[in-house]
Amino acid sequence: MKKDKSPETKDFNPKQNYEQTLKEVGYIPRKKAKKADYERIGFMSGLEVHQQLKTKEKLFCHCPAGIFHKHDDFNAEVIRHMRPTLSELGEYDGTALMEYRTRKEIVYRLNNETACTYEIDDTPPFKIDREALGYALEISLLCKLNIVGEVHITRKQYLDGSIPAGFQRTAILGVEGEIPLKNKKVRLIQLSIEEDSCREISDIRHQRIYKTDRLGMPLIETVTYPEMYTPDELKEAAEYIRFLNRSTGRVRVGSGAGREDVNVSCKGGTRVEIKGVSYNKLIPELSHIEGFRQWALLNIKKKLNDRAKDTDNWKIQHQEIDYRDFDLKYEPITNGLIDKYRIIAVNLPNFKGILSHFTQPGKIFANEIADRLKVIACLEKPNMVHSEEFEPKIIEDNYTKIKELFNASEDDAQIIIWAPDEDIKTALETIEERCLMAFEGVPQETRKSFTDGTTIFERVLPGADRMYPDTDSAPIPLENEYIDKLSENVPSDVIERYNQLKKWNVPEDTFTFIFRNNLYPLIEKIVKELRINPKFIGTFIGHKLKFVEGHYTSSDVFDYCKIYDLFKYLIDEKLEIQLSKRMLPVFFQYPKMDFDSILTSINFKSLPKEEILSKISFLKQKFKEIKTSKNDQVAKHWIMGELQKTAIGNIAPNDLAKAIDQN
Amino acid sequence: MSEDIFQGYKGKALEILKKYNVRVWGQASIETTRGNFEGTVLPRSENDDDFHIVLKIITGYNIGIDVGTIKDMKETGYQKANYKIPEKEFPTTEGLPNVKLFGTGGTIASRLDYRTGAVIPAFSPGELYGAVPELADICNLTTEKIFAVFSENMGPDQYKALAIAIGKEIENGIDGIVIGHGTDTLHHTGAALTFMVQNSPIPIVLVGSQRSSDRPSSDAALNLMHAMKTAGDSDIAEVMVCMFGPTSDDYGLLHKGTRVRKMHSSYRSTFRTIGDTPLATVNRDKITPIKKDYKQRRKDRNVDILPYFSDKVTMLYYYPGMKPDIIDTLVDNGYKGIVFVGTGLGHVNKELYPAIERATKKGVVMYMTLQTLWGYVHMFVYDTGRDMMAKGIIPSGNMLPEVAYIKLGWALGQTEDPEEIKKIMLTPINDEITTREPYNGYLIYQGGVPEVEDFIKKFRK
Repeated sequence: MKKDKSPETKDFNPKQNYEQTLKEVGYIPRKKAKKADYERIGFMSGLEVHQQLKTKEKLFCHCPAGIFHKHDDFNAEVIRHMRPTLSELGEYDGTALMEYRTRKEIVYRLNNETACTYEIDDTPPFKIDREALGYALEISLLCKLNIVGEVHITRKQYLDGSIPAGFQRTAILGVEGEIPLKNKKVRLIQLSIEEDSCREISDIRHQRIYKTDRLGMPLIETVTYPEMYTPDELKEAAEYIRFLNRSTGRVRVGSGAGREDVNVSCKGGTRVEIKGVSYNKLIPELSHIEGFRQWALLNIKKKLNDRAKDTDNWKIQHQEIDYRDFDLKYEPITNGLIDKYRIIAVNLPNFKGILSHFTQPGKIFANEIADRLKVIACLEKPNMVHSEEFEPKIIEDNYTKIKELFNASEDDAQIIIWAPDEDIKTALETIEERCLMAFEGVPQETRKSFTDGTTIFERVLPGADRMYPDTDSAPIPLENEYIDKLSENVPSDVIERYNQLKKWNVPEDTFTFIFRNNLYPLIEKIVKELRINPKFIGTFIGHKLKFVEGHYTSSDVFDYCKIYDLFKYLIDEKLEIQLSKRMLPVFFQYPKMDFDSILTSINFKSLPKEEILSKISFLKQKFKEIKTSKNDQVAKHWIMGELQKTAIGNIAPNDLAKAIDQN
Repeated sequence: MSEDIFQGYKGKALEILKKYNVRVWGQASIETTRGNFEGTVLPRSENDDDFHIVLKIITGYNIGIDVGTIKDMKETGYQKANYKIPEKEFPTTEGLPNVKLFGTGGTIASRLDYRTGAVIPAFSPGELYGAVPELADICNLTTEKIFAVFSENMGPDQYKALAIAIGKEIENGIDGIVIGHGTDTLHHTGAALTFMVQNSPIPIVLVGSQRSSDRPSSDAALNLMHAMKTAGDSDIAEVMVCMFGPTSDDYGLLHKGTRVRKMHSSYRSTFRTIGDTPLATVNRDKITPIKKDYKQRRKDRNVDILPYFSDKVTMLYYYPGMKPDIIDTLVDNGYKGIVFVGTGLGHVNKELYPAIERATKKGVVMYMTLQTLWGYVHMFVYDTGRDMMAKGIIPSGNMLPEVAYIKLGWALGQTEDPEEIKKIMLTPINDEITTREPYNGYLIYQGGVPEVEDFIKKFRK
């Protein structure tokens, strides 16, 4: 084997190799990354935005939607094993085969309150929930999609067990829409309505446990074209779609109600899907790191292909070893011995310097193998040790011995795994498979995200051949009259609202809060009906309300609509609207308290204007006595400060200032 | 015409397709008042309306286009899908039992055409091996498609044909027989074969699936494995139904063909033995008998094939207020046997008495079974029961209504002599009437009761 391409043996230091390869890849932290950096790696991304609809019932049965249980709150359990079925081309889907190889026993926990026989696929579907269909169509209209003439329920296979039937019922409502971002328009591929999946409780060894409370809840999925070329643009699109969904008031909010699948690729890479990202704020970091992970894998590809002679016949070498012949003092290995685990040494030809090659911040290629061993061979981590660990778990002599065992070249890397007999075959296949993929570049996969922006392997990315018609459901026609009627409910575009707020001079830093909580309609209503200054109300909501929410706890559900009542009260009582700022903290904490009582609790007294103004001349006199400054403005501020407590609510600050000037 | 290029389309939709010259399987680009759509035109289900055209769009989903909204349409390409199940040769392993699978139709032996949703039978050993490779570890398989009918269309002619085919296979030396069957009338066929194939030296196993085999969660594969295991290895040489025990993917139950009934429209664990315990449980490794007393497998090839059936038999599900003219009509139309499904211990109202008397006089034989399913007909307890017996209705013990119907048809296929028939009806062939009902033969747990809830939570049902 060609020695010149591999790192020097004697000074090889995995940590240094990591740093070195990070440089080769040209990885830079996101904060420092510029548009040109993304252009360099050919960053491309798209979104699949999932959003739960706020309906009373689930999509295909009459169980209530939106009730959730704790893990151990269940009445019965049902077991299923998923089998791959043939695709229409007569082939098995890659994901399907992977899931089948895992030999998972799937346990579903059922709570009688939230699951019926439909959830576990023991009863065919009932008719689609019309409430959900209507809501989803309203959102489709808002996305400017071409609405289909007839809805066809389709089955989409999921072999991971997240749906007991093994498929999700889903249907397209519209295709080819668009959303406007600040600087461009992003096209939408489609919008579908579908049933939500189970929530995972645990996934240990060969058993995965799910709960079924969320299963079957109506969900929409908005899919964009991969037209976002920077992580920030991607986040902007995610936010826009989220705000658009929320602007209808038809969707659920809160943890897990909106989830994004983030598709990322780089030039020469492939589409990788980061699943179920709940927080949009994580999107930039996740997509940034994924773009560079792919870029790193392409660097690995190049190195391997330069180095290996015969890539077509590349194979791992493996051999069982006896722990007595080695010095394997590492607790996970010794623990495994108790359960009669076998210990296997593996030689990876040409992989020196690859195992410790940078992939993500703090992660190396060896992690890619370990992640797959967990998911496919069901070996809990730590599931391997290797010759390029930053801090070796076992003494290095072991690897020297293993190299001798395989008569390995200096160009090779070594792994040791320990596993029950029945998992070894899959484990070795998994290692070889992942290494072979390294010669090809970036494997198509779905990945699970972490809050630090890194991801791990979740599943093989399913192909397009996993859809087929649902023979249990009849097509649903969507007549023009019905669509026209729904159009009447559709709110104005988020972009129009955005522009209106700008026109009103509402500060931009309030927009996210306003759209996230769908408060624009409230602002509009207050402005139109109560004729209050839009800038004031926008700031009141985007700053004051946000602050109060963050610093006080409400004793009851605080309904935002009540803010209208607050202003209406102030107007009706001919009180100054500034008073609202003092009232809000109390109002937010005790939403049931009447406004009179709130005023009492903040020690507000209604006073005639004249009475307040009558004190001005006295205060002017007093200021001359204390004479902190000769400046008239200082005097004015001091007087205003003195009068503010009694003045707020009784006289507008502008009027007060004018009065001070005149007096 | 050699080929239907507008499969399933009719009326307005057909007119539009013809007008724009777009065929099924054509790539179409459609301009509508709701925007533009592109995709492959799919065949339309015969029963769906004639206002829509079905398209498969590039993402794999199907959508319908309202023909009223179409402004223009163009065929831009054409690619006909040929959906075929891949065949792999079923391996033969020395030492494994030889099992014959008879196909009759129904979900266990079908596959979905992914594009149209149409059901395609998957049946040859090669197809089955492609779908359930584990079968090759259980037995050496040969198959024969006898008919392809849905469960509800199985009837006397099919029972007779099956019985004769089974007889031939036994003669030829097969180790076990599996019959793939739709589940709706699995228990009717179970009873019919019990009567028509007597004294079999080998297991005869009826199997179906409640979820079609195109679903990842289908029970078909496991049911097939259980059935093949039973046919190949079991010592129980009876006509049995093999289906899920619990709804979980766990073990199967072997029910006697005469005591089994489908009890839920869609559950996987729908088949239950009524008034007794099942014969055995089965998993992929072994058969564990529950009943100690069963007909054992033999080496010889003797079997009695009795393929008789008269279709002049009917079943009457009694309801309060039933009018006598129903019975009169049946008699006038030449029916020779009536199985009543009566209330409680086996009752019908007095209003029917004259009609019953008239039927008896005309030589019609009548048997009483129960709507309660569990328990015995007891016609001595009340006067009404005694009256009815006097008028010619014969109580049939704890024979299930469907079983009584099948048996009466089988008996009338052999003789019209009421005494002969009575003898056949009341002499059990394989426990269609039992002499005693064990306490655990009737178990319907009531949900909500604490101890039942405890049980359900502990044992995955």
